[in-house]
Amino acid sequence: MQLVLNEDEQMVRKSAAELLADLAGPGVLRKLRDNDNPQGYSAELWQQMIALGWPGVLISEQRGGLGLGHVAMGQISEQVGCALASSPLFATAIVGASALTLAGTEQQKAELLPAVALGKLTLALALDETPRHDPTRIAATAKPSDGVYQLNGFKSFVVDGDIADQLIVAARTSGEPGANHGITLFLVPRKAKGVEVSRTPMVDSRSAADIRFANVTVAADQILGTVDQGFATLDAVLNIANAHLAAELLGIASESFRRTLEYLKDRKQFGVPIGSFQALQHRAAILWTEIELCKSLVIRALRGLDDSPEKAGVLTSMAKAKLCKVAELATNEGIQMHGGIGMTDQFDMGFFLKRARVAQALFGDQRFHLNRFARLSGY
Amino acid sequence: MMQNLTAFRQGTRAWLEDNCPRSMRTPMSEQDRCWGGRKFTFQSADQKLWLQRMAARGWTTPTWPKEYGGGGLSKDEAKVLQEEMAAMTARAPLQSFGIWMIGPAILQFGSEALKQEHLPPIVRGEIRWCQGYSEPNAGSDLAGLQTRAEDRGDHFMVNGQKVWTTYADRADWMFCLVRTGTEANKHSGISLVLFDMETPGVMARPIRLISGSSQFCETFLENVRVEKHQVVGEINNGWTIAKYLLTHEREMIGSIGSAPGEKSLADEAIAAVGLQSGRLADELLRAEVAQWEIDFSSQQLTMERVRAEIATFGVGNTSAMLKYYGTELNIRRHELLIALQGSAALSWREDSEARLWLRSKGNSIEGGTSEVQLNIIAKRILGLG
Repeated sequence: MQLVLNEDEQMVRKSAAELLADLAGPGVLRKLRDNDNPQGYSAELWQQMIALGWPGVLISEQRGGLGLGHVAMGQISEQVGCALASSPLFATAIVGASALTLAGTEQQKAELLPAVALGKLTLALALDETPRHDPTRIAATAKPSDGVYQLNGFKSFVVDGDIADQLIVAARTSGEPGANHGITLFLVPRKAKGVEVSRTPMVDSRSAADIRFANVTVAADQILGTVDQGFATLDAVLNIANAHLAAELLGIASESFRRTLEYLKDRKQFGVPIGSFQALQHRAAILWTEIELCKSLVIRALRGLDDSPEKAGVLTSMAKAKLCKVAELATNEGIQMHGGIGMTDQFDMGFFLKRARVAQALFGDQRFHLNRFARLSGY
Repeated sequence: MMQNLTAFRQGTRAWLEDNCPRSMRTPMSEQDRCWGGRKFTFQSADQKLWLQRMAARGWTTPTWPKEYGGGGLSKDEAKVLQEEMAAMTARAPLQSFGIWMIGPAILQFGSEALKQEHLPPIVRGEIRWCQGYSEPNAGSDLAGLQTRAEDRGDHFMVNGQKVWTTYADRADWMFCLVRTGTEANKHSGISLVLFDMETPGVMARPIRLISGSSQFCETFLENVRVEKHQVVGEINNGWTIAKYLLTHEREMIGSIGSAPGEKSLADEAIAAVGLQSGRLADELLRAEVAQWEIDFSSQQLTMERVRAEIATFGVGNTSAMLKYYGTELNIRRHELLIALQGSAALSWREDSEARLWLRSKGNSIEGGTSEVQLNIIAKRILGLG
């Protein structure tokens, strides 16, 4: 198990850091927020990501992508965290593309994946219906009638749900909320009749959506995967999503810490840098240690997705659980150690705190993944 | 290269198969360890035979040069040997502070004469070493040590007291930090000297710990004669070697709690608390055990990652971090074991968990306290002054 980056992966990491240093960062996010940008991301950044082929990093060369794998994409995810870069990359190129790759028919893959790789098609996963993540508690229904399905129900916290071309919707074709069996995934155009999208601005200045489906007609060829068997796909897709969220949280924690460490060296009180006080030194040392430990869990989870997907559940839940905890610590310490200035909107640290909590909550927080890790480990 | 390794693996496997006694292929408890030395009593004829056979090939110290009795293996070959031994659960034939600490220090800093004199007996398990570092008034502030070595021309006369000397009562030789220069500059007047524990004036007295065991000693040094050629490296330059050894020690202590074959905390929890509908019957303990297992994996993976990074990029500054976190984990593990096993763990028996729990309290003190490790991280790595 290779826990260091190979040359390709190092190159991706370097190029991600360079691009995002130019076109992202808290300043860019602040502008999007203050201008009330309706898309919630910088079009220029997304165009550059497309130019570098990032939407196709996980898509095979045969389908028009780069086929570089999860460790490479994870380097981008981590740098996205450092730079607080808002873009369709996560929902489309990581979550959506993986769902298509894992469950799509030959025709769906041939038609949709090359478009994703070229940045011409954006996607969003409409999954959760309750404020706390639970992929089995699905009450939305898809009832067959006359060879088509009628989709009804409600989804919330749909990342990019307000801008995506196509929604991947988890609905129940049988069984009761709480059961794994009976979930089916459907590809539904956002602009289809009966789909009502309302944008829900989030604390991290990005947008998600509440989506209501009222008698939306869905054809059989819009089913993604097998009827009633959608949970297996969801489970695999959520492993991928959470490994990349863990990578993003690593970036957020590392960058928060880097900024805090600078401040400890610069800020003077009592005539000396506050970083000369042992009370702060030890907290900084503990935080650095925790972040180093996190790096290992993240690369192991990403490498696991590429090399041993059968272990992906345990590895990604380990990574997400720990990263949620450490990103929480890093951003809280970031505010506390900056003192009063950390509480001001004018200062950037708040953006890291806010994005961390949204990334933590998305697809299961620390407690959710601790529980899942224990369950998958047989206790 | 790859082919050579494959051939080496086959040869090694065959040799181990022929030479490792059956009884040496079972998991080893604390009591089964072979420490060697003049005072050591072998547990069995097999234990002695296994040591002799491995020592004859230099495989008690696989990477040490052949000229000093070592195995002369490359890092890759040593890894293969380790893997093949693990595959047949072959016991380590010998372990000692000689192998872990003073041997590598002599190899790096010692004179040719010291290498010739001291390394082969370490390889053969004939001499057991102890470490004379801490003093009653020099714990975390190790460089404040006061044991004096007075220059008497061809030899030093050493006077002072050491404490927390691990197994000084069973050791044959000591490597000892002494003050040879003035105390004006704490770090520059220290030397690392070697002497036989049977030298007149050396007295070791075991200290009874809260766990009831006595691994550590107070060692009194009264007019102990140490020959000048027994100084490792240069006189007054011992602090460099001391730091090198402390790094080694940190790495060693940091990896405790990861012995192969040890039952996982989760398995201990299942055995003690039981499952209910597939979940550990106590929900709060379940969460704590799961969090510990994740943190433990993060430590294990980080040790692996650091090794890989050092091999690939040639850098590493993680020993303080791994010592700090590894020992805190081990302490947490034993607190959880006490919680899991309830009163059964608290009975005062020789083999009860209570003894290990109490012993673990020392992990975050010995080899530099957790607070000292955090100081090292803050100052040397983070650059906080």
